[in-house]
Amino acid sequence: MSEINKEAQVVEKAGGEYPYVVEMRNITKEFPGIIANDNITLQLKRGEIHALLGENGAGKSTLMSVLFGLYQPEKGEILKNGEVVTIKDPNDANALGIGMVHQHFKLVDVFTVLDNIILGVEPNTAGFLKKKQARQKVINLSKTYGLNIDPDALVENITVGMQQRTEILKMLYRDNEILIFDEPTAVLTPQEIDELMSVMRGLAKEGKSILFITHKLNEIMAVADRCTVLRKGKYIGTVNIADTTKEELSNMMVGRDVKFVVDKDEAKPKDVVLEVEGMCVKDSRGKKDAVHDVSFQVREGEIVCIAGIDGNGQTEFVHALTGLSKVDSGTIKLLGEDITAKSIRYRNTHGISHIPEDRHKHGLVLDYSLEENMVLQRYFEPQFEKNGFIRFDAVRNYANDLIDRFDVRSGQGAITSARSMSGGNQQKAIVAREMDRDHKLLVAVQPTRGLDVGAIEYIHNQIVKSRDSGTAVLLISLELDEVMSLSDRILVMYEGEIVGEVDPKTTTVQELGLYMAGAKRQERR
Amino acid sequence: MKNKFKSLLDSAGMKSVISSLLCIVAGILVGWIVLLILALTSDKIPISDAFRGLGIILAGPFASGGLRNIAFVLGDMFFESAPLLLTGLSVAIAFKTGLFNIGAPGQYLMGAMGSVIVALSIPTTPKNAFWVWLLALVVGMLCGMIWGLIPGIFKAFLNVNEVIVCIMSNWIAANIVSWVFANNKQFINTAGGKTAYTLPTTANGVSTPKLGLDKLFPGSNIDIGIFIAVLIAVGIFILMNKTTLGYELKACGHNKNAAKYAGMNEKRNIMLSMAIAGGLAAIGASLYYLNGGAELAWNTYGKLPDNGFNGIPVALLASNNPIGVIFSSIFLRFIDKGGYNLAGFTAYNEYVSDLIIAVIIYFAGFSKLIKDMISRRKVKQAEVVAPDDGEKETKKEEEDK
Repeated sequence: MSEINKEAQVVEKAGGEYPYVVEMRNITKEFPGIIANDNITLQLKRGEIHALLGENGAGKSTLMSVLFGLYQPEKGEILKNGEVVTIKDPNDANALGIGMVHQHFKLVDVFTVLDNIILGVEPNTAGFLKKKQARQKVINLSKTYGLNIDPDALVENITVGMQQRTEILKMLYRDNEILIFDEPTAVLTPQEIDELMSVMRGLAKEGKSILFITHKLNEIMAVADRCTVLRKGKYIGTVNIADTTKEELSNMMVGRDVKFVVDKDEAKPKDVVLEVEGMCVKDSRGKKDAVHDVSFQVREGEIVCIAGIDGNGQTEFVHALTGLSKVDSGTIKLLGEDITAKSIRYRNTHGISHIPEDRHKHGLVLDYSLEENMVLQRYFEPQFEKNGFIRFDAVRNYANDLIDRFDVRSGQGAITSARSMSGGNQQKAIVAREMDRDHKLLVAVQPTRGLDVGAIEYIHNQIVKSRDSGTAVLLISLELDEVMSLSDRILVMYEGEIVGEVDPKTTTVQELGLYMAGAKRQERR
Repeated sequence: MKNKFKSLLDSAGMKSVISSLLCIVAGILVGWIVLLILALTSDKIPISDAFRGLGIILAGPFASGGLRNIAFVLGDMFFESAPLLLTGLSVAIAFKTGLFNIGAPGQYLMGAMGSVIVALSIPTTPKNAFWVWLLALVVGMLCGMIWGLIPGIFKAFLNVNEVIVCIMSNWIAANIVSWVFANNKQFINTAGGKTAYTLPTTANGVSTPKLGLDKLFPGSNIDIGIFIAVLIAVGIFILMNKTTLGYELKACGHNKNAAKYAGMNEKRNIMLSMAIAGGLAAIGASLYYLNGGAELAWNTYGKLPDNGFNGIPVALLASNNPIGVIFSSIFLRFIDKGGYNLAGFTAYNEYVSDLIIAVIIYFAGFSKLIKDMISRRKVKQAEVVAPDDGEKETKKEEEDK
């Protein structure tokens, strides 16, 4: 602490311009029983891109909430241009020029880009809108920062990347100079990510200061100037990106070395386990095909991945495959048996394990305890049931066994309410449950979404282990790193169709990106 | 030891009990303030009555004056608790499975009709009277189950909100009951020129066994109904907490999507929940009207039975726990009797006592709110503001490390 203050004092004494546009000094935020932020210091220089790195629950969000005025810290102070400020609520933050691009955009779909940008700060005379000036300002800003956006387009008609740029323009329009990006790349294609990176560099060049929250190391290496790492609520350090490596960053974040490459041998595919033939599924409105004429096979001992940008029919496909929704045409065969019309329970008990996309919606009954969730598909089996009564002692033993073997951590062990567990451990519990059931096919949908590197490494290893024991694995993922490192074969889904099949060993992320964006397609069959 | 005590206090059940008690205290306090204001603003009510009145309400049946009276009021209190307990159970089990059974009044009426008709239609001898009673009880229950099943079917297959269908079915039931009895005058009690009530079931020699309880509480209507109700509550508790069926029903209530994912038949479970709820409300009515002392006011089309609606506060006050429902229903009847005595022994009229009870019931509705407040105080710390993607991160696990 003293060092930091000294540095600041030296500058003040020297009378030069204060180097930090925002400084959070020695922030401590405690919640009874836990210290979410323990003496954390974050210094954001003018015109820099500063990454904030940490695992889930490391305290990134709490720190940003403090900066945004959602929480008041117990200790520590926030300085803007060297002056102590108090931020009581988000309005104060806005007044100080702090803006944020949320991971999920806060846009009105049926409004134009311009309307969305001026929403809340509409220029008006006596209540009548004066859009002309605003329009000019937006066009100018868009030019200055190379955002390339049409102010009159409806938000629902523009791409996700454009929507994100609308959000950026919203901050610029409000003359914010400190821009916070909360995991901005999660929803973008590789090409769009490149564009975002160059926009961010442009913003920094024009003197905006950027805080970039992420847990993707590649992006930090590509775009950030400096990086502050948090771990378990503690400040680990701030490093210059030029002087560091990905390995060092991950070590700081997790506290140990992490392997980035999934350890796996060559796949040895054997018999066909899953065969999908000409599957079509209507979208939720029942008008057009969300999944169109999809055919492929998965063999035992291989990991087949369906890659694609979110919303291109993957969810509908998985729901149809696992029985959550109906197929309109086509067949699904499991081990040669047609299961197209079978119930979910039939599929569950005949060899399909399913790690669902949304662990809160489908994967867990959050109000149930961990042990109750562990037998969600098996409570009626003789092992756990007698004369209609659940054998809670057997359930407890089984849950404890899974908890031990899969290292699921929770506050009170088997009786912990699923709701109170961390996201990573909730996911681990689901993985444990699905891996331990008798299965020939594992359908894993975004199995590592929102998890930190430690948990990702763990789940990847489990999936590979499952493959090696003779399971057919169907992986559906939006994360290209995961797709490239884990799969033996990649199918790309675009607008409900399989537009290409590639070998991860011979393809590149760029090529995959072209397929995902619909710019390239193979004629199959 | 200290830790054990602390974990007991932390347990969900304890939180429910504490929040329910807080609700009751708050309700009584506000009720007392009403008494005070009335006393201060009225010439007819001496201020001392406000203080005396509070005592009378809290003493319930025990302020009835004289041992005979106390026994009589106590007996009636238990007798009248049984239907309330069962409608409370009906609402509670529906809540537990994610449904709001506001159709208890209709199910109650259908149950009453079914039981009364069976009990009055089959000629009895002293020998078979018990079996007719049992049959009447079962038929009443079946009527209620069917009536509960209807909103269940609409919910399961057409996703129509059960509240709308329940409210409609309440009035349909009220009209059916009126229509059936209007066309079957043989069930109407015409003694003394009155026509508003059905015959008591004792007219056909059918009544719920008393097992000597009427000697213990002379003059009252008490029968074994309250014991049957308590047994059913215990049975429902076991069903919900120990069986695979209860596990499924609750899973569907907590998270329909996860239940479906796990291969449960969520449509069947919704219908089953509503049918069970309907059956419970109906048994409440059956026990009440098969007592022999109670007569059904059959002209129901203008008014739904209070016992049906009062199941809602009973369930809320008990945090939907079947065992808690036993206590909350008896408690409400206890206060009810206190209110009755308030009108009898002070200058307050009976409307005031109804008002006080209403206030307490009203506050019972806050028990969930208070429970959440207690929990939030404890959990808040653990919850770090989640990033926007809805990753609720609680930091509990780090506490352990």
